[in-house]
Amino acid sequence: MGRQMELMQGNQAIAEGAFYAGARFYAGYPITPSSEIAEECSRKLPLLGGIYMQMEDEIASMAAIVGASLAGAKSFTATSGPGFSLMQENLGLAVMGEVPCVVIDVQRRGPSTGLSTKPAQGDIMQLRWGRHGDQVVIALCPATVSECFHLTVTAFNFAEKFRVPVILSPDEIVGHMRETFRVPDPGAVTVIDRKKPTGPPESYRPFAADQDGIAPLAAYGGDYVFHVSSSMHGPEGCSNNDPANAAWRIEQLHRKIEMHRDEIVITKTFDTGDADVLFVAFGATTRASRAAALELRKQRIKAGVLQLITLWPFADREVAALGGRARTVIVPEMNYSGQVAGEVQRVLGSGADIRRVNSYNGQIITPQDILKVTR
Amino acid sequence: MSHATGIQYLKDGTLPHMWCPGCGIGVMLGALLRAFEELAYEPKDTVVVTGIGCTGKSDDYLVTNALHTTHGRALPFATGIKAFNPKLHVVVLMGDGDSVNIGGNHFLHAARRNMDLTAIVINNFNFGMTGGQFSGTTPSGAFSQTSVYGNPERGLNISALADVAGANYVARETPYHGWELKERIKEALSKKGFSLVEVISPCPTHFGKNNQMKETRDMLHWLQEKGLPVDAYERLSPSEREGCFAVGKLVDRDAPDFNTSYEEMRRRAIGG
Repeated sequence: MGRQMELMQGNQAIAEGAFYAGARFYAGYPITPSSEIAEECSRKLPLLGGIYMQMEDEIASMAAIVGASLAGAKSFTATSGPGFSLMQENLGLAVMGEVPCVVIDVQRRGPSTGLSTKPAQGDIMQLRWGRHGDQVVIALCPATVSECFHLTVTAFNFAEKFRVPVILSPDEIVGHMRETFRVPDPGAVTVIDRKKPTGPPESYRPFAADQDGIAPLAAYGGDYVFHVSSSMHGPEGCSNNDPANAAWRIEQLHRKIEMHRDEIVITKTFDTGDADVLFVAFGATTRASRAAALELRKQRIKAGVLQLITLWPFADREVAALGGRARTVIVPEMNYSGQVAGEVQRVLGSGADIRRVNSYNGQIITPQDILKVTR
Repeated sequence: MSHATGIQYLKDGTLPHMWCPGCGIGVMLGALLRAFEELAYEPKDTVVVTGIGCTGKSDDYLVTNALHTTHGRALPFATGIKAFNPKLHVVVLMGDGDSVNIGGNHFLHAARRNMDLTAIVINNFNFGMTGGQFSGTTPSGAFSQTSVYGNPERGLNISALADVAGANYVARETPYHGWELKERIKEALSKKGFSLVEVISPCPTHFGKNNQMKETRDMLHWLQEKGLPVDAYERLSPSEREGCFAVGKLVDRDAPDFNTSYEEMRRRAIGG
């Protein structure tokens, strides 16, 4: 018996996507505008055989989901800017220890406490560079309620497949937007589980990658006894300060993402085949950009939209291909500094006609705001 | 009669260990491994979670499951492990800086939540790994690399904190009291709910050197002299207690642990 069509909020669809993907452990700390995800988890997870934990802060929340993941759970947390900042340290451990988990950052206007109920897209660089050291993460960004659901499933699939933390970063508008949506029947959407070790337990090395760049991951309590460490470690997981080992580890952490780049980098295009004017959009700016592009088409200007679904790794190739053909590239985003526009500029070079549309007052960018820069 | 050595839990080729001569961490680790043996713990059912600092290096020596975490955060990592798999024996090894300076909030809430974890805290009254700075337990007036004029702050009583936060079991021992330490660790491991064993520990390299206890034997004498059995300690007047501490079992109760309470909640949820 399938689910009915429902009027569903983005945050609720994220929780539903997590349950669908098999997430059975949530640890978090309430924060606007992400709290509906926690509330949904507190109601549903006990009924699904899972655990909802309300931790003392976001530092602990991130720690708990890493611990639960190593005990075999698909685990996640949800937060917003201030909490996301607190999670960075242990998010780094998830990178270092190659621990699958999902972090939802429903972006709100900062800096600091900022406008806690208002939308922003100001965390784009923090998604990529928020942690100390030298590492890569995968960050995805939904623009619709349907994408909230499906990209949450994708986030878990990437986390499980590549043994990494994955960040899903809607803005407040998308998190709180309501649209009709029907949760797919079980089996209708692919769900991936982590690769488990199969050899003799005594020879299991939790950081010895297979040909695909990814090492199988056991769970605490099974036959495979293993170490995970925040410190530099060898293939068996124990401390190792040897320079050659450190270089091997850092390369491995980067290469497993690079190897699977084409699978990880997801974009959508709307009328880009002949586009002279290309909008590069993500999250809530996608709809406004599509409306602006349709308006330009009415005026016989060939406009199209490249929607970035994967924010990190950045869609260099896709931006280069479509942006290189366009006369003008427009990047609307809810931040002052043009965090994505800067990346587009890096890809297309300083000679490209790149126009920025920025909102940083907690208000949405409208199609009219965007159309102003096309004149 | 044979005695437990715990050697089967020690990884081959890792000795001698990295801790300074006279340090209490090795004695604690020995007591823990003997306790494992006496309780017949299997490495695969046991997870040792460590923080950062001298004590945080302990996992390097073990053949059990292990998770070496970030500074101060060992308890919430352990909380996630235990909450998802209640069958595991989860032991958390921390120092004083790890547990009640940077990790104070987590310590408070792990005890309040009554997570079924065993926390063992080596309290040597300073940050040893970083060179001997004062910590949250360094006594007022004591000398360290960052309190050369005497510590202007007061030291925190870790065991008392665990008590008021709701831990089911709290004990304090020292490496001088090696057998008792092993017994208390066994009791803590066997207790359902949050248990703490605070190990008042010598650090001749830093704390002792700066506080007129340069030699290991000075520090052991200090533990012998100042560590009094609970009943003897309680007979002292407040002024006589100055500089002394109680050793032995301090708290023993049976409030339901987190996993038990959660399962009760789940039954209510499913029931209607």
